[in-house]
Amino acid sequence: MTLGGHSALAGLWVYLHAQPLFWLSATLAAYGCGAALHERAGRSPAVNAVAVAVGLLVALLLGTGTSYATYFEGAQFVHFLLGPATVALAVPMFRHRHVVARAWLPLLAAVLAGCVTAAASAMAVAWALGADWQSVLSLAPKSVTTPIAMGISERIGGVPSFTAVLVMVTGILGAIIARPVLDALGVRDWRARGFAAGLAAHGLGTARAFQVDQLAGTFAGIAVGLNGIATSVLVPLLVEVVGR
Amino acid sequence: MIGAIFTLLACQLAGEIVSQVLHVPVPGPVLGMVLLVSLLVWRGRLGRDLEAACGFLLQHLSLFFVPAAVGVMVHGGRIAREWWPLGAAIVVSTALTLGVTGVVFQTVARWVARDIQT
Repeated sequence: MTLGGHSALAGLWVYLHAQPLFWLSATLAAYGCGAALHERAGRSPAVNAVAVAVGLLVALLLGTGTSYATYFEGAQFVHFLLGPATVALAVPMFRHRHVVARAWLPLLAAVLAGCVTAAASAMAVAWALGADWQSVLSLAPKSVTTPIAMGISERIGGVPSFTAVLVMVTGILGAIIARPVLDALGVRDWRARGFAAGLAAHGLGTARAFQVDQLAGTFAGIAVGLNGIATSVLVPLLVEVVGR
Repeated sequence: MIGAIFTLLACQLAGEIVSQVLHVPVPGPVLGMVLLVSLLVWRGRLGRDLEAACGFLLQHLSLFFVPAAVGVMVHGGRIAREWWPLGAAIVVSTALTLGVTGVVFQTVARWVARDIQT
């Protein structure tokens, strides 16, 4: 009887774990846990909802011996929305077009300087310390928002899913160190502080900037969009120049 | 709402087509974003449906990163081998990028303000 119940349960699991529905639900549930923990921690940038969700899901997948390919069959429905979400970044850019138009010169100078610094310094340090070339390429677009970074990584010969991980780590770190770094350098202009946070740490830097100051958050959002465009154009050129 | 979703998908699709056909190094969704900004500027206003759809997507942006980031499990070997060069590169580069961007923005903004005053 117990044995029968057990095997029925095992049969149910075998059926469910191959269903996209199961892994789609698991993705939302894990993210829900992460978001709740983030709230509980007073929205601290150190407790990141995505990092928590990834930890839970990886533990579940490894624990049940499920492959990433099986997981992705369900999770792809969430993943697909990255594309439309990138297009949706047009809305904050349009909404703030007057602010952008007024500060166009500092915006342009900062996005060019920041974009080149982000890609070149990351590639140089990783290469000098002995990372392999494919990892260096995967790292190049690390400061850009994930959907754009993955697209760039694919174009230049990196590993898009590895880029996604590096982007996440960069975002979490950037959101934590933005304040001490900018304080130490005497950057007090809220527009400049927000722009730096958004450029270096994409969406996570932007979320952090909005917690501190509305104007800073607005400029962080602008930085995410502009840096996405600048990096898409400049990083492939940079790679072509450096790469053999 | 259907119209707004269609607008987003159509912009992305147009971006993908341009990116593929013209071999532009920019990913399709980024071209789609540029296209949508241009359309909005041309029309001069934002429809309520489009605003709602985009608001929803941007509010839950971090959820959409999860499936790709779970890919970390496939890269265990790479991380074990290269955590030091990659970790060091991220720390140095992120601090440097924050500093350079903030200082350049603030410095240029001050020059511009001074030029306007004098």
